[in-house]
Amino acid sequence: MTGRVRRWALAAGLAGTAALMVAAGTGLPRFGGDQHPYGARAVAASLRQQTANTISSVNFDQRALDTLGEESILFGSVLGTVVLLRQTRDEHRVRPRPERVPAALRRYGAGLLPVTLLIGLYIVAHGQLSPGGGFQGGVVIATALHLLYVGADYRALERIRPLGLFELVDGSGEAAYVLLGGAGLLAGSAYLANVLPHGTFNTMASGGTVPLLNAAVGLEVASAVVVLLAHFLDQAIEITDNRKAHR
Amino acid sequence: MTGPLAALPYATAAWLFLAGVYGMATSRNLVHAVGCLSVTQSSTYVLLLAVGYRRGATAPVFSDVPTSVPVVDPVVQALALTDIVVGATVTALLLALVVQVDKGHGTVDPDELSELKG
Amino acid sequence: MADTALVTLTLLFVAAAAGAAVLTRDPARQAVVLSLLGLGLALLFTVLQAPDVGLSQLGVGAAVTPLMILLTVRKVRRRRKRDG
Repeated sequence: MTGRVRRWALAAGLAGTAALMVAAGTGLPRFGGDQHPYGARAVAASLRQQTANTISSVNFDQRALDTLGEESILFGSVLGTVVLLRQTRDEHRVRPRPERVPAALRRYGAGLLPVTLLIGLYIVAHGQLSPGGGFQGGVVIATALHLLYVGADYRALERIRPLGLFELVDGSGEAAYVLLGGAGLLAGSAYLANVLPHGTFNTMASGGTVPLLNAAVGLEVASAVVVLLAHFLDQAIEITDNRKAHR
Repeated sequence: MTGPLAALPYATAAWLFLAGVYGMATSRNLVHAVGCLSVTQSSTYVLLLAVGYRRGATAPVFSDVPTSVPVVDPVVQALALTDIVVGATVTALLLALVVQVDKGHGTVDPDELSELKG
Repeated sequence: MADTALVTLTLLFVAAAAGAAVLTRDPARQAVVLSLLGLGLALLFTVLQAPDVGLSQLGVGAAVTPLMILLTVRKVRRRRKRDG
C-alpha cells in the first residue's frame, strides 16, 4: 500500500467509526442522570455485606471471579515481560558507576520513602472502608521503593530489591487469591463466595473476605510493578550486547 | 449539564479513541505507537465513568456519609479501576516486545520493518 | 454549577492533552505529555466522584507507564548509538 492509499483508508475508517459512535451515543443514558439500576443493586448488596467502600465490594465480592480473571491477565503479562526481557547469552552486564546524589535529594528520598510505603500499606489495608485497595496501594508501595533510585542510586535499589523474592511474592499473591476462593467451596458455598462473618459496618474487620482478597491483590500488584520496572531498568542501564565488549 | 454540553463527556471519550487510533496508524516509531494505544485505552475509562455519573451524588463510599445519600454508580468504577492497573502491565508486555523487535531487526520503525519482511 | 464547570474544564484539558500526546512524535517527549494526560485523567475521575479510579490512574498513568516508555526509549537509543 502506498502512503496515499493508506491515508485515505485511515481517513475513511476513522470517519466511519466516528459516525457509528455518534449513532451509538444517541442511545446512551443522559450524562448525570438518576437512573442507575446496576449501581443501585450493587450498593444495596454492598451494604448487606457490611462493606463501606462499595467499589471494593463489587470488585472483591460481587464479581470476585472477574477480578481473578483480571489478576491472571496481570500475572500473565508480567510473566511474558520477564521472559522477553531476560538477559540472553549474547548479552552481558555493565555495572553502572555509583553516582553522586545531591545531599538535599538524598534527604528528600530518605524522608519520603517510609512515609510513602506507609501510605501504600494504609491504602491496601483500608480498601473495604475508604477509597483504595490492593490495586491502588500496590502501585504506591512499588513506586515508593523506587524513591531509592532517585534519592540514592541504582545499586542501593538493587540491594533492597531481591528480585527472586519479589517474583515469588507475585506468584504467591495470585495463589492466595485462588486459594481464598476455594475457602468458599470448603464452607459449602460457591467459589469465591464471601463466607467469612461480615463484621461490623465501617470497622477494619468488615466485609468478610474483601480485606483478605485486597491484601492478596496488593501483594501481587506491588511485586508485579517492582519486577516489571526492575527488568526495564536492567535493560536500559545494565544489559549490553556483547559486540560492544569486543570493540 | 444540559444542552450541547451534555454530550461533552461522550464526545471526549470518542475523541480519545479516534486520536489514539490515528496516532497508532500514522506512527513511525513502535514506542510512540504503544503510547498512542494507552490514549485509546483511556477512552474506555472516560466512557464508563461518564455513564455512571449522577449529578449531585457523592462517591460510592459510605465510611463518612449516611447510607441514604445518593451515590454515583460503583459498578462502572470497579470495571475501570482494575483495568487501569492491568492495562499498565499489558503496556509493559508490548514495550518488552518492542525491545525484542529492536534487538532482532535493529529498527523500531513499522515501515522499515515491513520492508525487511519483503 | 461549580461541578459542571469543573467537569467541563477537566474534560477539555484531557482532550487537549490526548491530542498533544498523539502528535508528539518523539517518544521521550511523548512520555512527558502522557504523564500530563495521566494527571488530567486522575483529576477528571476525582471530579466525577470516582476517587478509587483516580488513585489508580494517578500511580499508573502519571508515573509507571511514562517511566516504562522512557526506559524503553533509553534502551533503544543505547543500541542505536553503538550501531551508528
